[in-house]
Amino acid sequence: MKFVDEFRKRSIAQGILEKIKRFDSTMVNLMEVCGTHTMVIFKQGLKGMLPENVNLLSGPGCPVCVTSQEDIDKTIDLAKKREVIITTFGDMVRVPGTSSSLEEEKGNGADLRVIYSPGEALKIAKQNPGKKVILIAVGFETTSPVIAASVLDARKEKIENFYIFCSHKLIPPAMKGLLESKEVRIDGFICPGHVSVVIGGNAYRFIADKYNVPCVITGFEPLDVLQSIYMLLKQIKENRAEVEIEYFRAVHPRGNRIAQGLISEVFEVCDVRWRGLGNIPKSGLRLKNDFSKFDAEKEFRPRIKNSKQNPDCVCGDVLRGVKRPTQCKLFKKVCNPEKPYGPCMVSSEGTCAAYYKYGGG
Amino acid sequence: MCLAIPARILKINGNLALVDMAGVNREADIRMVKNLRVGEYVLIHAGFAIEKVANKDAEETLRLFKEIA
Repeated sequence: MKFVDEFRKRSIAQGILEKIKRFDSTMVNLMEVCGTHTMVIFKQGLKGMLPENVNLLSGPGCPVCVTSQEDIDKTIDLAKKREVIITTFGDMVRVPGTSSSLEEEKGNGADLRVIYSPGEALKIAKQNPGKKVILIAVGFETTSPVIAASVLDARKEKIENFYIFCSHKLIPPAMKGLLESKEVRIDGFICPGHVSVVIGGNAYRFIADKYNVPCVITGFEPLDVLQSIYMLLKQIKENRAEVEIEYFRAVHPRGNRIAQGLISEVFEVCDVRWRGLGNIPKSGLRLKNDFSKFDAEKEFRPRIKNSKQNPDCVCGDVLRGVKRPTQCKLFKKVCNPEKPYGPCMVSSEGTCAAYYKYGGG
Repeated sequence: MCLAIPARILKINGNLALVDMAGVNREADIRMVKNLRVGEYVLIHAGFAIEKVANKDAEETLRLFKEIA
């Protein structure tokens, strides 16, 4: 396939690896903050190809994984309401809440539908005028403009039975939070390609300028990831901290202005809680007042009490790059993709799922 | 979840386009990408085109991969 096959050539990978091996630097920690990168790195066995002084860490790049337990419990409470149809992207369905999951609620009779595009949720709303259709809106800056577009469409088409449960999050504030906590030394960021399509390379400049950490915006083919690792090592070696765009066939310094316009028309920035990272200022999105009639939280007031997760689950530490899944007591012993104890094992792009499926990397 | 797949534009009708995504024809919303033409490539995320993939930039990337440092 065009724009895919050319980026997977083994002979070129060998060439880039040779360049990487020429850096005889001290130990460097490079963090990827995108679940799709995590999967590429594990599936292609890139970790094992790298020299010992290059350590790849997975950060909070999986939207389902970073959704707080409180928000998971709220979606489950919403699913229990009989007048409601829940529409969601697939990864949310099996995430264990405090006492149930969306999947369990489906077993109990909830009307739960997995969608690929928010347009399908609007269609379901139109086809079921007697029901209230809630779209579970999780995702980073790649997804929020798409959700914003569906809210605008609902308003334009006067669809009165469509709501969103908004749990959108923003990547740069989470990167800032990780750097400020100083829990893990991060020498370079492999920045997310498709989030950056929307927000642009300039959105990370404060990380390079203020925290002196190199950033390379990276595409999703194995050669893209290797090339970006090379670019990060080169910056480190030359004592530079800049935002470079390896994925320039799709990402521009200023991003996609139309997508940014959709986000700011419908949403406003707010403080939100992340699993593992806690409350991060200005790291989430909520519906603006003009759109509050689409807000599932305001309409249905989901009730939760004492949200908690399995005390032995270390998803939170995994999301900060502090622990590896193999350091979790539950990993592989009782927690597996068939019976996940935490979201990082459920999501197809969760770090625990990657370790389980492909080994330590 | 931020998965986006390159697809080729087959037909354009206002804000909607028919695209070829790895051999499968699908409808995509193209309101976020202006001045698209049939034959061009876009990245599709959750049914929406989020950006154009420029042919010359893809070729330039491949050239950079092969460059010896």
